[in-house]
Amino acid sequence: MEDFKIQTQKLNAWFGNNHALKDISLGIRQNQVTAIIGPSGCGKSTLIRCLNRMHELVPGARSSGSVLLDGANIYSRGIDPVTVRRRVGMVFQKANPFPTMSVYDNVAAGLKLNGVRNPDTLDEAVKRSLEQAFLWDEVRDDLDNSGASLSGGQQQRLCIARALAVEPEAILMDEPCSALDPIATAKIEQLITNLKEKYTVVIVTHNMQQAARVSDVTAFLYLGQLIEYGGTTSLFENPKEELTERYLTGKFG
Amino acid sequence: MRRFQDKLAYGLGALCVGVAIVPLASILFEVVRNGVSALSPQFLTSPPGVFGQAGGGIANAIQGTAILLALASAMAVPFGLLSGVYLAEFGDNKYGRTVRFLNDVLTEFPSIVIGILVYSIIVLAMRGFSTIAGAVALAIIMLPIITRTTEESIKIVPSSIRDAAMALGIRRWRATISVVLSTARSGVITGILLAIARVSGETAPLLLTVLGSQFFFNGLSQPIAALPLTIYRDANLPYAFARQQGWGAALVLILMVLGLNIGVRLATRGRYNSLRSRV
Repeated sequence: MEDFKIQTQKLNAWFGNNHALKDISLGIRQNQVTAIIGPSGCGKSTLIRCLNRMHELVPGARSSGSVLLDGANIYSRGIDPVTVRRRVGMVFQKANPFPTMSVYDNVAAGLKLNGVRNPDTLDEAVKRSLEQAFLWDEVRDDLDNSGASLSGGQQQRLCIARALAVEPEAILMDEPCSALDPIATAKIEQLITNLKEKYTVVIVTHNMQQAARVSDVTAFLYLGQLIEYGGTTSLFENPKEELTERYLTGKFG
Repeated sequence: MRRFQDKLAYGLGALCVGVAIVPLASILFEVVRNGVSALSPQFLTSPPGVFGQAGGGIANAIQGTAILLALASAMAVPFGLLSGVYLAEFGDNKYGRTVRFLNDVLTEFPSIVIGILVYSIIVLAMRGFSTIAGAVALAIIMLPIITRTTEESIKIVPSSIRDAAMALGIRRWRATISVVLSTARSGVITGILLAIARVSGETAPLLLTVLGSQFFFNGLSQPIAALPLTIYRDANLPYAFARQQGWGAALVLILMVLGLNIGVRLATRGRYNSLRSRV
């Protein structure tokens, strides 16, 4: 319990009557990349959406159990979900830059809409975030262009920069490369590896090679249950559960 | 055969568009043809002359229509916007459904009934026709249009945009106003302009509320002139010059609405077309 950045305890989640997550208990360490793998519909996305209280925004969704962030339950009474989401950022499956905003304003949005006005602070945050997202060199002269005018891979990196600008402690990524070509994917994977120096990263992916490449720890989910959880190398090379092995070898999924 | 069907469908579509354009084009043509000769600097800048004699202009009616539209918009736009946002974001309950239903009923209300309503609650209470009564009547007509179009425009903003804003730790109201509403901007503005265009030609409710006037604006509690009233009265006069002035006033009204449309679009055009890129 000591050094987990995020820890779930008996986490259950529902959409209406659909029991999407069943008694998930796992710990996520700081400065590591944790991958969540499993077949479609197994609850991967639901799990990470529970980690920053995005799950409850879906009508009919609810959850039970606890999620500890630095040891404090984010589902406790009196905890403001807005504060939680500032500490735990999120990148989505499909790049979703704000279409009416420039590249600059997209990155600055989280700060601006929370009341930061100082132009120097904003300039600095935009530059730093775009650099961290490996996008600065490509857009430094076009910060006034529409965020939606960028290519797909650039848009996704823009979304990463936007999430980084509010200086979260952890970043959740929900299949961030599933809509991207291999080159754009490689860039984002490299960037994820860089991010763990500063942040705690959790990535959902249905691409097992990707999980093997970028993550330190892997969790395998099946039908809402945590089947196996451990170091990525050992889980891929020596799965303890037969279900994990069958999934990894492509027997189902 | 398939190709023939394709051509047939295309041809029918083109034909229907043509048929639909005919009345519009003929109205425009008639108004311009008859109205242009009435236009002169004097017509646009002076109030009406002596009754029954040629000369004079419609400046007071132009001013009156501008004031009425401005006042009505000032009342209807904030209420309509907020109601639309509420219905789109929080209206998925019994209260929301009731409001939506009543709003739709109100959209289809005959405008003369709204005129009578305002007559009975404001004109009678104030013991006289007034500018403010007319503005209220027009605002009531505008309100449901703005509400509905705002709601619809917000609903087509992809939920991924809302999610992105929420995930940044932005408060819901802030995300709704600064991100969602801004993304829906062009649809919302279209709705407002549609509402203004709709009421700019309303005559019946104005007859029951502002009455009309031969003079310039003289206070909110006094009658005021308006272009539709000028058109209506001129059309009923037995003088050729009056009918011509009526055509002129109609042309001016059309140009005003057109100018407002273009002006507002230019003024509120974002640097990036909202939603263009989100296909």
